[in-house]
Amino acid sequence: MYILKIIIRNTLRHRLRTGLTILGITIAILAFGLLRTIVGLWNVGVERSLATRLVTRNAISLVFSLPISYLDRIRQVPGVKSVSYGNWFGGIYIDEKYFFASEAIEPSSFLELYPEFILEPEQKTAFIRDRKGCIVGRKLASRYGWKPGDLITLKGTIFPGQWEFVLRGIFKGAEKNTEERVLFFHWEYLNETLKKTVPRRADQAGFYLIGITRPDQAAQVSQDVDRIFKNSLAETLTETEKAFQLAFASMTEAIMVVIQIVSYLVIVIIMAVVANTMAMTARERIGEYAIFKAMGFRGGHIAGMVFGESLLITMTGGLLGILLTFPVGQLFGDMLGDYLPSFQVKPLTIWLDIAFALFVGCVAGIIPTLRAVRIRIADGLRRIG
Amino acid sequence: MTGPVLETVSDPNIIVSIRGVVKSYRRGSQTVAVLEDISLDIQRGEFLALMGPSGSGKSTLLNLIAGIDKVDSGSIIINGADITALDESTLADWRAAHVGFIFQFYNLIPVLTAFENVELPLMLTSLSRRERREHVQAALSLVSLNDRLDHYPSQLSGGQQQRVAIARAVVSDPSILVADEPTGDLDRVSAGEILGLMGRLNSEFGKTIIMVTHDPRAAEKARTIRHLDKGVIVDVYP
Repeated sequence: MYILKIIIRNTLRHRLRTGLTILGITIAILAFGLLRTIVGLWNVGVERSLATRLVTRNAISLVFSLPISYLDRIRQVPGVKSVSYGNWFGGIYIDEKYFFASEAIEPSSFLELYPEFILEPEQKTAFIRDRKGCIVGRKLASRYGWKPGDLITLKGTIFPGQWEFVLRGIFKGAEKNTEERVLFFHWEYLNETLKKTVPRRADQAGFYLIGITRPDQAAQVSQDVDRIFKNSLAETLTETEKAFQLAFASMTEAIMVVIQIVSYLVIVIIMAVVANTMAMTARERIGEYAIFKAMGFRGGHIAGMVFGESLLITMTGGLLGILLTFPVGQLFGDMLGDYLPSFQVKPLTIWLDIAFALFVGCVAGIIPTLRAVRIRIADGLRRIG
Repeated sequence: MTGPVLETVSDPNIIVSIRGVVKSYRRGSQTVAVLEDISLDIQRGEFLALMGPSGSGKSTLLNLIAGIDKVDSGSIIINGADITALDESTLADWRAAHVGFIFQFYNLIPVLTAFENVELPLMLTSLSRRERREHVQAALSLVSLNDRLDHYPSQLSGGQQQRVAIARAVVSDPSILVADEPTGDLDRVSAGEILGLMGRLNSEFGKTIIMVTHDPRAAEKARTIRHLDKGVIVDVYP
């Protein structure tokens, strides 16, 4: 208890220096937490993937589509339980800054394959019945104040023109990480319009979504599907939903790696700052440590004082950083909600924050502690005066 | 060397027996001899002043007696224990039990109050909180500072800080008090008070005091003065 009292009082001795160091740690931990959360968001699609869902796309690239005639042939592959299909639409609402995901899907099979999108039964029926109908996630509806019956107009980018939809339902996600900032509408509506405006682009699906019974069938079904369309004009590439999402995420992997490196660099920089603070502190107090030793205090007592102060500073900064991560993360989520789904700080990030605060405190305290413990009393006393 | 040591140890009136102590420091590639074959006996209840010019080795000798520095060779037997043979941790325990320190610059811990500073040496004992409080109050009462218990060092004058340092030095009832220029940073009046206090500790409480000083007026308060020059004892003024 006595050592603790000395640690606390020593920490408060140079309030400005301690305060600035704690502020630095707070910002570092906050930055680390936010950057890690952003990196985690890139993989959220991977995390919510099911092992019993496959995605079939054009083998050349995602930007090329597949004939809708493939649907029946895929259905006949052994192990296939259900098949849905769709197109990435990429519409813009009002202005580019109001971007959100929008996809044309086949409603019945899609909602059957994706039970994590929960719709009220009457809204589901209304959506399926109305070819111009659409459904949106509740976060998106909340963002724009939409309610069922509202007319939503999107400006097509991949499929030019003004596209009008009637909101028929608002779904909620079954899991925390389920995407709720997306709009789904009828593939048929897209296809019929294309038949009239750009016939050569009609009857094409951007992707097929395949439901299988057991995860262990994934490899075989994938091979079987791709074999059917081998040497056709549009060869397919079938992979698990997870692999598909991973491939998607890997396109921006370099950015994520840079963000991760930056997040760790932040920790290294703050470690240098704290180490410098502790080195200054220990140097200033070397005479006092010599006095303690002269009176009979052991190296362990001295180590406790220096190490304790280092840990107290870093853990205070770390705690403040963690506490701030939640409201700042919420703010980030609100600001970047259209681009980054469900900005949620994970427990692992908090544990890493704590671990890094501890690590920084320990590492920063090592050299000053060794110097304080090893100082010869006579040498330490000579530095006073 | 063994013969004289045993002879000295057997004399109960000798509290410190120094035999053939040699001490040198390395300065770069050079070795500088500080003490050369010092032998000295200090009587129990003595008030000894060590004088000499700067660099004569008097502070080094004091540090060796106090167990905060190591001899190159020779022995220092205090209260029957050869402290040159003790390891670091045993020596730390020995210092806590047997030595009280008084320094030129008081060396109080600035974040602790007068009471807490004096209590510090007792934190290494098994005394209860109540017993520690009694000891601290008695020590501060001895130096007439029981009305400054909650003052921090920065709120006290130089003389008051040195009195707190003396209270800290005596609170654990050590057998030896070592003082390195205890009045070196004080005005004349305060220095007189401190020397008077040390005189009382010696005469009334029987504390053995070994004091290093440059000040002849301070040395006059001692019962014995020993001069060092270039690492050897050159004169004795009984």
